[in-house]
Amino acid sequence: MNKFESPDYYLVDNLLTDDEKMIRSAIREWVDEKVMPIIEDAYQKAEYPHQLRGQMGELGCFGANLPEKYGCAGVSNVAYGLMMQELERGDSGIRSSASVQGALVMYPIFTFGTEEQRQNWLPRLASGEAVGCFGLTEPDFGSNPGGMLTTAVKDGDSYVLNGAKMWITNGTISDVAVVWARLDGRVRGFLVEKGTPGFSAPEMHNKHSLRASITSELILQDVRIPEKNILPESGGLNSPLSCLTQARYGIAWGVIGAAMACYHEALNYAQTRIQFDKPIASFQLVQQKLVYMITEITKMQLLCLQLGRLKDSGEMNSNQVSMAKRNNVAQALEIARMARDILGANGITAEYQSMRHMCNLETVKTYEGTHDIHTLIIGNDITGIPAFK
Amino acid sequence: MNIAVCIKQTPDTTTRVKVGPGGTGIDEAGINYIINPYDEFAIEEALQLTEKNGGEVTLLSMGPASIEKTIREGLAMGAHKAIRLNVDKTPDDPTVTAKALAETLKNGQYDLIFFGKQAVDDDHGQMASLVGELLDLPTVTVVLELHVDGGSATAKREVEGGLETIRFSLPAVVSAQRNLNEPRYRSLKGIMQAKKKTIEVVEPALAEAHLVVEKLTPPPAKGEGKIFRNGAQDAAEVVRLLREEAKVI
Ligand SMILES: Cc1cc2nc3c(=O)[nH]c(=O)nc-3n(C[C@H](O)[C@H](O)[C@H](O)COP(=O)(O)OP(=O)(O)OC[C@H]3O[C@@H](n4cnc5c(N)ncnc54)[C@H](O)[C@@H]3O)c2cc1C
Repeated sequence: MNKFESPDYYLVDNLLTDDEKMIRSAIREWVDEKVMPIIEDAYQKAEYPHQLRGQMGELGCFGANLPEKYGCAGVSNVAYGLMMQELERGDSGIRSSASVQGALVMYPIFTFGTEEQRQNWLPRLASGEAVGCFGLTEPDFGSNPGGMLTTAVKDGDSYVLNGAKMWITNGTISDVAVVWARLDGRVRGFLVEKGTPGFSAPEMHNKHSLRASITSELILQDVRIPEKNILPESGGLNSPLSCLTQARYGIAWGVIGAAMACYHEALNYAQTRIQFDKPIASFQLVQQKLVYMITEITKMQLLCLQLGRLKDSGEMNSNQVSMAKRNNVAQALEIARMARDILGANGITAEYQSMRHMCNLETVKTYEGTHDIHTLIIGNDITGIPAFK
Repeated sequence: MNIAVCIKQTPDTTTRVKVGPGGTGIDEAGINYIINPYDEFAIEEALQLTEKNGGEVTLLSMGPASIEKTIREGLAMGAHKAIRLNVDKTPDDPTVTAKALAETLKNGQYDLIFFGKQAVDDDHGQMASLVGELLDLPTVTVVLELHVDGGSATAKREVEGGLETIRFSLPAVVSAQRNLNEPRYRSLKGIMQAKKKTIEVVEPALAEAHLVVEKLTPPPAKGEGKIFRNGAQDAAEVVRLLREEAKVI
């Protein structure tokens, strides 16, 4: 197939700076050379490609929009988004590893942590030498994390944590878990280090989606951590939710990459696959699908670019992020399904990428606030009436 | 070590180049420009040498302000600074470029001056040798392996059917062949740092050109292929045509 080039129907590139474009092409080149050749196999075998982690650290993919002082690249939020787009063009699991590490582990340590915690963890997490995870979801509390049961109790100069988390990306391989638990009724963040007695993180198996990414349970049984491992500035459910805003921002961009990969594949296929003596691209029904895809991709690009500019100027709010996450993931999933359809039987094989993206996007639709929960968030924002309960 | 790397901006190798309106140049519309791929090996080698021995890598490139975007790509790989020799258009005559580069290089006291073995746009493949001659320096081209040891170096270079190992003294001019090393990826940090690095602009005195591009023509369109449908029975005919018509065997 032709080398990947991102579609740019509305010359959105004209709105990007030279370094934003340079960052995009640097990540694209790496994805072409190091991710594409191995990703299908990793996905089939349900193995996280560990060898990519150090490389992603060297490239600066972890916490890329955090300050240089902590070993991060300090790029603009638009450049960060373009990086996510390129990573997810490879695979949602690879993008997820960058989202979790940057937005859900480094961001809370940076935002709610002490200078000592930042110095201790951020450079190692940025380089990929250390891995982190984010434990919010529980078996009985997914869309409603405010109901969480995990608790922390102060005991002398330590905290003792009890509870269980589920669906935690990278849990099993993490050196540090950002665990959210109730302390005196209030949600607080705690850093739980690998090897702490009572703490284990078994891997969850048999997924049909995000197979090149590790998903784990976190089990906390009388886990005693030193007092200094609380994130002192965290307090209330808004703390983890503000991390989710960061991660959702990256997801909204990321899925554009998955959608572009599917569109690129479907367009190429439609132009070369002959049925009834003609390329299938010459049939109106196929054209309609391709037109739907490129139109939605163009809208996704514009939505994200403006969102990114708002984030860079400090004007972005979390409801706007909900809109981009909700719209872009749903459209990317629709595009992946259409691409799979255009590819016919070939579309279900590992020779092509669309079905892998399609399966991955089912997770992306659910995690970080389901599609419907984002509907209710925006509904609440515009009507003033919460419809969650 | 003080190292210079002379680089050129060329169209992305996947670009489908079209002849421009004047018939002597290419149509620049929609072309994505990159660092000449051979020059990336040169930059990488220079970076590895300064990482090992200390010192600085300076990029030199001749062209209009628009090439600074490509120069920044090289700075993003880790080169320390750059010099742009300001001209409206890269000269057609390699000698003009070589003389301007040589004049600028004289001011730098470089231990090594790297080039890519050729630029993938005009494919002259002359620049390293011309500059080496103008500066009266030992010049080793198409280098596959390089070892620097104090004031001298050894290089392996490709010759017909084998490898040649050459020892030479520094300062010297070296041109890089593919696989001299594995050029690094531009990192996000590198790209951000490149924004802060300086590109010095110098106004070169241009020598008279003795060579002009008269005409650029696209390769002839491929004729229709021949299909043989009878398997092994056609073998003799295929061999005859390959010999007599296609003249490839
Ligand atoms: C591969 C993977 C990785 C993940 N990684 C992480 C991680 O690293 N860290 C972490 O903390 N979590 C992680 N998650 C968990 C994820 O965030 C949750 O799955 C998500 O929040 C949804 O929760 P749930 O699965 O319990 O679904 P539920 O909340 O049970 O929802 C089920 C359905 O009910 C709907 N629903 C729920 N409430 C309402 C309502 N009020 N009104 C209308 N509809 C409603 C939902 O939209 C959904 O369709 C991950 C999940 C997956 C699949």
